[in-house]
Amino acid sequence: MRQQVLVLYLSTSALDSHVVGWSRYDGTGRSRPTTGDSDEPPYPTGLAALQDGWRLFQASQMLPPQAGHEYDVSFLKHEFFFEKLEEDPRP
Amino acid sequence: MARFVSQGFLRLDAVVPQEINERAVATLADGLPDLPYGIPLDEAFASDTFVHELLALPVVAGAVKSLVGPAPTVDHHAVHVREPHEGQAQPLHGDAIIDVRPDAFDIQLMYYPHEVTADMGGTLSVPGTHLRRINETDIGRVQNLRGQRRLTCPAGTVVLLHHGIWHSGRRNDTARRRYMYKLRLNPTVPQVRLWDTTDLHDQAVTAELGTYFPWCEQATARLEIYNRILLWRALTGDDSFDIEYWVTRVSNRPALRSHA
Repeated sequence: MRQQVLVLYLSTSALDSHVVGWSRYDGTGRSRPTTGDSDEPPYPTGLAALQDGWRLFQASQMLPPQAGHEYDVSFLKHEFFFEKLEEDPRP
Repeated sequence: MARFVSQGFLRLDAVVPQEINERAVATLADGLPDLPYGIPLDEAFASDTFVHELLALPVVAGAVKSLVGPAPTVDHHAVHVREPHEGQAQPLHGDAIIDVRPDAFDIQLMYYPHEVTADMGGTLSVPGTHLRRINETDIGRVQNLRGQRRLTCPAGTVVLLHHGIWHSGRRNDTARRRYMYKLRLNPTVPQVRLWDTTDLHDQAVTAELGTYFPWCEQATARLEIYNRILLWRALTGDDSFDIEYWVTRVSNRPALRSHA
């Protein structure tokens, strides 16, 4: 079995909030997604990915702001990792 | 300038004459010699070079002066090439290292001497990301963001970027090399009211600085505006500027003013 990995960045910490960013990694080797290769996300929300059969396996923790850096902006905060398992295409 | 503070770039389409473009392509194919870090811009390029002529164009010279002021120094320059059918894009990144200066910024001039079509791997950039505190390719995991721009442009286009903007050289799916010339400039004077400020109090300024970008999380979008307000205060010298009271509200400390 091989993993298809989908990473969705959501607007809030809620899984049914809308997608603001996305990445794909293909463990089967059939495709090579890369930076800037699509302008529309594969799903409108994280929940829509679940409904299409993607399995959530990691969500970013909700961490309070670091003292003294409450107004700083950095990485996208609401990151969700999904997977689908597929048969290994190699004989 | 408000749009630059909000979006992190200024784009000037087809401002360079074809004669300079043709000389630039021929020169870039052979590469360019390195320059010493910090050399004054006025001393960096001989008058017969395409870079000198590029920077002497009034629209380019005016933009550079408005952003970094008179007598900037050259940080470095480079020829960027996306090879034909190279199969991979650069990871999303910010250049150099994490840079959190609250009252200064460098600009990166990107010059495209030939037309860049959709499949030639023009630079991907994400408007409004320049104030995010990240270190180089730490954001490489992120492949796509709503509102990202995949540059296509006519020959002779110049884009001036804030040093912090998230960007990537995209995959070139054509059989043709794609060239871009990059020049990073450092200011040598305080970047305070260096541009035409006659419309400083126009409502359009507030509208630009209050832009919400589609890639930004709902709550953090407000912090983006907060940070833009601080940068605008630094660039204008006006410590009272605000948008929707975002900074004033959380700076209100009556106890510190009390003499009771």
